[in-house]
Formats: sequence, C-alpha cells, structure tokens
Amino acid sequence: MKRAVVLAFLMVFVTAGAAMAADDTVRIGVYLPLTGGNAYGGELELEGLQMAHKEAPQVLGKKVELFVVDNKTDKVESANAVKRLIDKEKVVAVIGTYGSSLAMAGGEVAEKAGVPQIGTSCTNPLVTQGKKYIFRVCFIDPFQGAGAATYAYKTLGLKKAAILVDVANDYSVGLASFFTKSYTKLGGQVVTSLNYQSGDQDFTAQLTEIISKKPDILFIPSYFAEGAIIMKQVQELGGKFKIMGGDAMDNPKITEIGGKAVEGFIHTTFPYDPSMKDMSPIAKQFTDNWKKLHPTKEPNVNAALGYDAYMITLDAIKRAGKAEPEAITEALAETKGFPGVTGATTINKTHDAEKPVGLVQIKDGKKTYIGDITPEL
Amino acid sequence: MSLAMFVQHLLNGVTLGSLYALIAIGYTMVYGILRLINFAHSEIFMLGAYFVFWGIVLLHLPWAVAMVVAVIVVGALGVLVDRIAYRPLRDAPRISALISAIGVSFFLQNLAIVVFSAIPREVYRPDWLENAIVVGDIRVLPLTLFVPVLSFLLMMGLVFIVYKTKPGLGMRAISKDIETSYAMGVPVNRVIAITFGIGSALAAASGIMWTLRYPQLQPVMGMIPGFKAFIAAVVGGIGSIQGAVIGGIGLGLIEIMAVAVFPDLAGYRDALAFILLIGILLVKPTGLLGEKLEDKV
Repeated sequence: MKRAVVLAFLMVFVTAGAAMAADDTVRIGVYLPLTGGNAYGGELELEGLQMAHKEAPQVLGKKVELFVVDNKTDKVESANAVKRLIDKEKVVAVIGTYGSSLAMAGGEVAEKAGVPQIGTSCTNPLVTQGKKYIFRVCFIDPFQGAGAATYAYKTLGLKKAAILVDVANDYSVGLASFFTKSYTKLGGQVVTSLNYQSGDQDFTAQLTEIISKKPDILFIPSYFAEGAIIMKQVQELGGKFKIMGGDAMDNPKITEIGGKAVEGFIHTTFPYDPSMKDMSPIAKQFTDNWKKLHPTKEPNVNAALGYDAYMITLDAIKRAGKAEPEAITEALAETKGFPGVTGATTINKTHDAEKPVGLVQIKDGKKTYIGDITPEL
Repeated sequence: MSLAMFVQHLLNGVTLGSLYALIAIGYTMVYGILRLINFAHSEIFMLGAYFVFWGIVLLHLPWAVAMVVAVIVVGALGVLVDRIAYRPLRDAPRISALISAIGVSFFLQNLAIVVFSAIPREVYRPDWLENAIVVGDIRVLPLTLFVPVLSFLLMMGLVFIVYKTKPGLGMRAISKDIETSYAMGVPVNRVIAITFGIGSALAAASGIMWTLRYPQLQPVMGMIPGFKAFIAAVVGGIGSIQGAVIGGIGLGLIEIMAVAVFPDLAGYRDALAFILLIGILLVKPTGLLGEKLEDKV
C-alpha cells in the first residue's frame, strides 16, 4: 500500500517535472555543425564538451542533461536549432557554436528568448556585439588578426602581404580586414587582396594573380575545407611565399589532406595544442584524459574549447546558485581567471574571453606549437 | 598582364573547362536520348571519387585498378538507379522522371553524408600528377594535358558508340521517337539501361579526374561542378556531345579569365560568367550547337 502511494507520488512528480522542464536536472543545449563543411570542427568541439560532461556530470546536486542539435553548417538551421533547444527542450543555457556566421544566426534567437549562449570558437566581434545574453570562451578576430600581422611583420620580417578572402563568410572578411589594419599600421604593405566564395574549389586564377605580385606572405583567413586546397594550388603554381591562416585552419587532418603543400604553414590559434611544451596542469590533464578516451585521435584546440565552454557554463551555474537563464547570464559576465584548458579565461565587458594568441606551424609533417604572441593593436 | 601570365591563366582555364566538359558529356548524353535531365549525375560523380578512395584504403587496390573498378561499379549503379527510379516512370509525364531524378540526387547525397560522414577526406594521387612541368614562368600540371585528351577520347568513343554500333542505333531511334522504337522491336529498356550505364561511368570518370585536380572528398562536392557542367551542356546545346565539350571548356575559360581581367571582382566570378552565358543563350536560345535537331543523340 505504502509503496503504491510513493509510486503515485513519484509519477505525479515525474509528469509535473517534465511539464516544468524537469526540476531534477539542469538542461543545457548544444548546437554545433556536425554535418556540412564545418563538421570536422563541430565534431571535435562536441567530443571535448562530452568529455567535460563525463568528468563533471552534476551541478548544484542535480544531474546535467545535454541536448545536442546539429546546425548542419547552415545559418537557418542554426537559428532553428537554438529555437528548438529553447522552446522544446527548455534549456537554461545554450553552448555553441563553431563558426561566427552560425553563432550570429543562433545568437539572435537566444538573445530574444533571454537565454545565455556560450560560444566555443566563433571569433567575429559581431557575435557578442550589443548582446546581453551572448558570451564566448574564445578571443576575437581583431586580436587574432593583429596577432598574425605582428608575427608576420615583426618576428618573420615579411614586409609585403597578399590576402585571399572568402567573401561569403563573416569570419573570413572580418579577419582579413583586421589583419590588413594591423599590418599596414606596423609598416607593411598589402599588395593585393582577392576574393573567392565558400565552396569554390578552383583558386588558380586568383593565385596566378597573387603570385605575379610577388608577396612575401599570403594570409588566408579561410576555413579548412578551402584552405588545404588553396595551399595545394599554391604549390602547383609554384608560389614561394610563406602562408599564414587563422584558427579555422586548426585541424588534426591538415597534413593528411594537405601533404607537402602545407609544410611551413603557420596559423594563429587559442593557446592550446597537444604539441605544446610547457602545458598548464589542467591542459596536461585534459590531454591525458582525451588520449585515454580516444586512443587513436589527437585532441586539438576545438576539443579544448568545447571542454572549456562546458566547464565555464557549469562554473557560472554554480556561482549563480540556481539554474535559471537570468542568474546564469549574470554569473557568466563575472567570470574571472577561470582556469581553462586554453588558458586562464576572463570574460570582459564585451563578453569575450581575454587570452593570448597561440601560434602553430606545420614542421616535418607535424603540427607544432611554436609559442604565443601579444598582438600590437 | 604579361604573356606568361596570360598563358598560365589560359592553361588554368582549359584544365577547369575540360573537367566541366567531361561532366557535361554525361549530362548531355542522357538528355539527348531520353530528354531527361539526370540531376543525380552530380552525386554519381561524387560516388565515383569516393569509391576510388575506399578501393585504395579498404581493398588496398593499386591506384589505377581502383579507378577502373570504381568506374565499372558506378556504371552498374547507374543501371540500378535507372531500374529503380526511372524505368517505372517511363510512360509517365516527363516531369515525373525529373522529380524522381532530383529525389535520387538528394537521397544519394544524404546517404553519403551518413555513410561516409561529412568530414573532408584526402585523395591519393600518384606523384607524377603532382609535379608541375615548368617552362619559364609557366607551370603546367600533367593533368592539364591529360584531361582534355581524355575528354576528347571519350567524346570520340561516344560518337562512335552512338553512330557506329547497334545499341547506338537504338539510342538514336529512341531519341527520335520512343513509341515507334518499341513497335519496331528496339529493346528499349536495355538500350536505356546501357545509356545510363555509360552516362554514370562518365560521371564517375569525371569525378575521379576532378579529385585529381582538387584533391579533397566531401559528400556535397558534386553539387557545384554538376550544376556548372549542366549549364555548360545547355549553353553548348543540350543533347549535342560536341556542344557539351565546347560549352564546358568555354565556361572554364570564362570563369578564369573573368578573374584574370577583373581581379578585384573575383568574388563575383560566377556572376560574371553567368551573365556572359545568359547573353549567349539570348542570341542562340538552343545553345551553340543545338540548332540542328536531327543531330541530337
């Protein structure tokens, strides 16, 4: 008899719980590109995030439940994904996404609904600009573009640059303009800046033009899908200049797809890479745990950012003391010196993370972390 | 623009154009015979490239063997697609088969995303293809010479099949009047199956050539090249094999030259190319070689 009563009570609770968005769990939404052009980055971020979830499955004594939606590397799908997470899954916070264009499309929805969104690797300044509920655990492109320009001009002493930009992509356009600004301010000359569109596979016309201008360095703020082919074609056309790119080129598969053509390539990134020499204890722990979980797969910075995004969200919920969107938003804005895999993270006034710019070079067919740089803005 | 640069652009254009031509031949052949725009062509193209990859990785086939196997397997797949998706609609209005073709295209593309995953994959290509031949400031890839020759040979082979063989006679009969062909004892379904087999094998061959030039595999890789080749086939005069070759090479050249002449407008390269193509169609609505209806195969 007693048992039946308890059971009945339980059932009432369960149904009521479901209706009230489950009081016994903390619901966190995740939207990432798991298919389409950015699938590789999205998948790594998800795996990092899931690893973090495994290590810290609880907050405020409640179980954390993850709801993962694929945004298919598509702006409309991103907006739909966030809408679904908020309206249907009733999440208290949204983590995502790889890709600035995607984060902006999804961010609009989250901002309107008043649910905090924590970006993983979306680096365009517009993502958080003028937004109350949008944050990110990565630095922004002016910083990164200036980092690349400083390194090219000051450290490598390269005075003439060419740029090849994906005009259909906010990240690429932004990064190119920040690089140009910083590079010319330092005294460098941008000899030519040419465009292409996402999905293009033939860059020979642009590259022939660029080669004729004899630059010392080619800056390609592109995504991985195009970047590797661009470098192949540079090699085929006999381009002899140095090539640099942004964090979107950070991909463990780069040497498999690029082969000899990517040798010597340098890209800016967040200060984490498994090849780093003096790792912070937390980065070391992350690397070790990853290797236990995925023995055949190298971690990369996206996995680290996915991990950090989850941990920072959890930290904010802990400090807020309750799993409510408003309280989490306030707590997120006050994040200071949180020890992340990608360095100590402080969320600044514009809701962006402040951390140094890391540099990775492909040496002897291997990704090598060559240090970090403080950009001259 | 220096002469060397001009020649370099020209070579780049011919390489891209002959790849378009190779894809366009398959489109135009199926259209010429069945009056069906086979939208699944771009996905067959993608499968051809993937099959080479799996042939090398999973079955450890040598590169050349993997290519031949992929072309044959994909040709058979084309016959299967015809049997499942087009043959039951043979007597239905033409638009139904067109919708079915679009369906097959989406199905194959999504299947590839699930089975192969969307992650870009590397492409194996032999060293002799990677090393450019250098003449002064001009760099020629072996592929630049190889693809136009291959396109030309395939074009000649197709013309031979269509005009000199018995199935070819059947194809020409079907393209004129399918009902009378039935009545005159042409094995219509078999001839159409052969048509799809050859068309798909051509798509696979062009997919493989494409990845030798642009070495990266992705499930959506067929979409843009397929779309462009289709336009090239229309501009050349759809149904005409020679027209497809001219249209393809023309489109490739225009795309590259548009960027060469207006480097600052490189982001509008497709727009520039298509404005020109629309211009051609306005002057010659049936395409460059499309007016002589009796020559359509």
